[in-house]
Amino acid sequence: MATTKKKTAKSAKPASKKSQRFKDAPINAKLTKDEKLDLYRMVLGIRRFEERSLQAYNQGKIGGFLHLYIGQEAIATGIVSLMEENDHIITAYRDHGHALAVGMSMNECMAEMYGKYTGCSKGKGGSMHFFAPDKNYWGGHGIVAGQTPLGAGLAFGLKYKGLKGCALCFLGDGAVNQGAFLETLNLAALWDLPVIFVIENNGYSMGTSLERSSAQQNLAHRGDGFGIEWEVCDGHDVFEVREVANRAMVRAREEMKPFILEIRTYRYRGHSVADANHMKYRTKEEIEEYKKTKDPINVLKEQLLKDGTLTDELAQQMNREVKLEAEASVKFAEDSPYAPKSEIQTDVYWEVDNDTEGKLKGTYFFND
Amino acid sequence: MPLITYREAIKQALAEEIERDENVCIIGEEVAEYNGAYKVTEGLWNRYGDKRLIDAPISEAAFSGLAIGASALCIRPVVEMMFMSFSYVAIDQLFNNASFCRYMSGGLMNIPIVVRGPANGGTNVGATHSHTPENMVANHPGLKVVCPSNAYDAKGLMKAAIRDNDPVFVMENTILYGEKWEVPEEEYIVELGVANVLKEGTDLTIVSHGRCAIISLQAAQKLEEDYDLSVEVIDLRSIRPLDEATILKSVKKTNRVVLVEENKPFCGVDAQISHLIQFKAFDYLDAPVHRVSAIDAPQIYAKPLEDWQIPNEERIIEKVLECIG
Repeated sequence: MATTKKKTAKSAKPASKKSQRFKDAPINAKLTKDEKLDLYRMVLGIRRFEERSLQAYNQGKIGGFLHLYIGQEAIATGIVSLMEENDHIITAYRDHGHALAVGMSMNECMAEMYGKYTGCSKGKGGSMHFFAPDKNYWGGHGIVAGQTPLGAGLAFGLKYKGLKGCALCFLGDGAVNQGAFLETLNLAALWDLPVIFVIENNGYSMGTSLERSSAQQNLAHRGDGFGIEWEVCDGHDVFEVREVANRAMVRAREEMKPFILEIRTYRYRGHSVADANHMKYRTKEEIEEYKKTKDPINVLKEQLLKDGTLTDELAQQMNREVKLEAEASVKFAEDSPYAPKSEIQTDVYWEVDNDTEGKLKGTYFFND
Repeated sequence: MPLITYREAIKQALAEEIERDENVCIIGEEVAEYNGAYKVTEGLWNRYGDKRLIDAPISEAAFSGLAIGASALCIRPVVEMMFMSFSYVAIDQLFNNASFCRYMSGGLMNIPIVVRGPANGGTNVGATHSHTPENMVANHPGLKVVCPSNAYDAKGLMKAAIRDNDPVFVMENTILYGEKWEVPEEEYIVELGVANVLKEGTDLTIVSHGRCAIISLQAAQKLEEDYDLSVEVIDLRSIRPLDEATILKSVKKTNRVVLVEENKPFCGVDAQISHLIQFKAFDYLDAPVHRVSAIDAPQIYAKPLEDWQIPNEERIIEKVLECIG
């Protein structure tokens, strides 16, 4: 049997020289006070939203799976804050953080988890399948690595149309061993597609540690096999994420090249809430150590208190606000109706949904 | 009307659509510089260049998924599968992403892609290159699938598929690529969901699709000459959407039906059609619905045996006579 090495999070001093260097980088130095507060509100909002969704799940009000992003919030928050008009984003099933970061409302996200008609997908997609094309957010995909060719496709679309932008394709460390991802790396490099593969490496592909699932654990190095440039950074500091991701995004937009960004992070909860074994494949100490030293909310809070952006009172007030917003989203979801049964067969075919003149020929659905 | 090959008809459809819409491009293995493994895209790369004709490495999952992602930005890729059998390595992309993204987004997305390529046996290449997965495609709500049996339909259905805002599979046939039919020079479309009555008759109806429709027509002509039977032959053209009305109208007239397809029998397209007929025309039937499908085993390599395994004139005639009783 393979031995399991328990990864222990290294302790980091919140206000180390490293974090100050990232905070002082031009992309972060130019942030206004309000923009910095928006970042804080977002990491906090994602956390409170998911905590509240967990409560609803445990009460049996949300069904299906619930893959929580708790611990990883700085990544989606930081990267999405850099998106420009022609940048697009796609991710896997741990998708709540990215959804809120692009500006989807807690209401539509919570309602979707409840399976309600007012959900972002009318209750047809669920927790793993949030979409907001109007915000360049293309899901929300349930099959590990299944979204990676689509991410390259978004970049292909940009290039085909001569638009200056990049595609942000998020995946987990478990996805790097799927054939679809490796095929996609080759295509992205071969065709010079402006796609950034953001590997959110939380150390575990479901219950299997990185050491037990990947023969070579420096995941970004896989880019070498395809001539794709890469960088590795930590994911608990939103300023670090922004500084590193910004370079990758500028390069993708300017040079039309793919990039791999491996971000080391950690999830506090199990793979999904149904992952009852998540205390068996790792230790309580491991989780506590990370929370103590690298919690994305605390790290950002320290930095913003230090530079005078934030006060304890303001932090508390923001915390109350996002908690209320999350609570309100639960009420919104609970008060919302399910879609009528007639909706089961809508949104299947565009042509059927838009056949206002009834000109379509033949039978599309085969119920007796 | 000029006589052109099935292959040429598809090529004309692709060329016309490339010229009509700047977002139409063709992605696949050997489609550009090599001129197409089956020469369907011959000359198109010379005419339209690298942007519109894109040679892909052997990575069906990646380039199918890429087409889906690109379609989000209003690109309309036509993905060539060198053989439809090769789509099996891209099943997650095609049968999860292409078919379900619209639904799971609550209708916010649509995937205007075409997946085309040959889906047939009878070519002496063994089981892995002889799939006819129109039944599998049709089993996925969100996907559409057509099976043109001749050059006219191949061109008209291809153009309709490219203009369609949903993912459409076009199942072609390598045995038909070199066959010629009359195809008008002026532009036309063959709508999805409209079957074609190839031959009218009164004694029995054959419902078929793809190349089997052609073989069924030949069998019907022989049955008329040798047995004085008037057999109606319906070519479905489109599997999903399906022209149920034409099938039912014919069955209600002839009261007997034989279903002919190259699919394997279990959950083949004809299993659904058989159900449709018994459910909606039960009282009109003078005999059970009969079927001729590929003999239920993996596709055999040996040529004479494979020619017997897939529907042929002899097996169709035998089944029609059995059904007439």
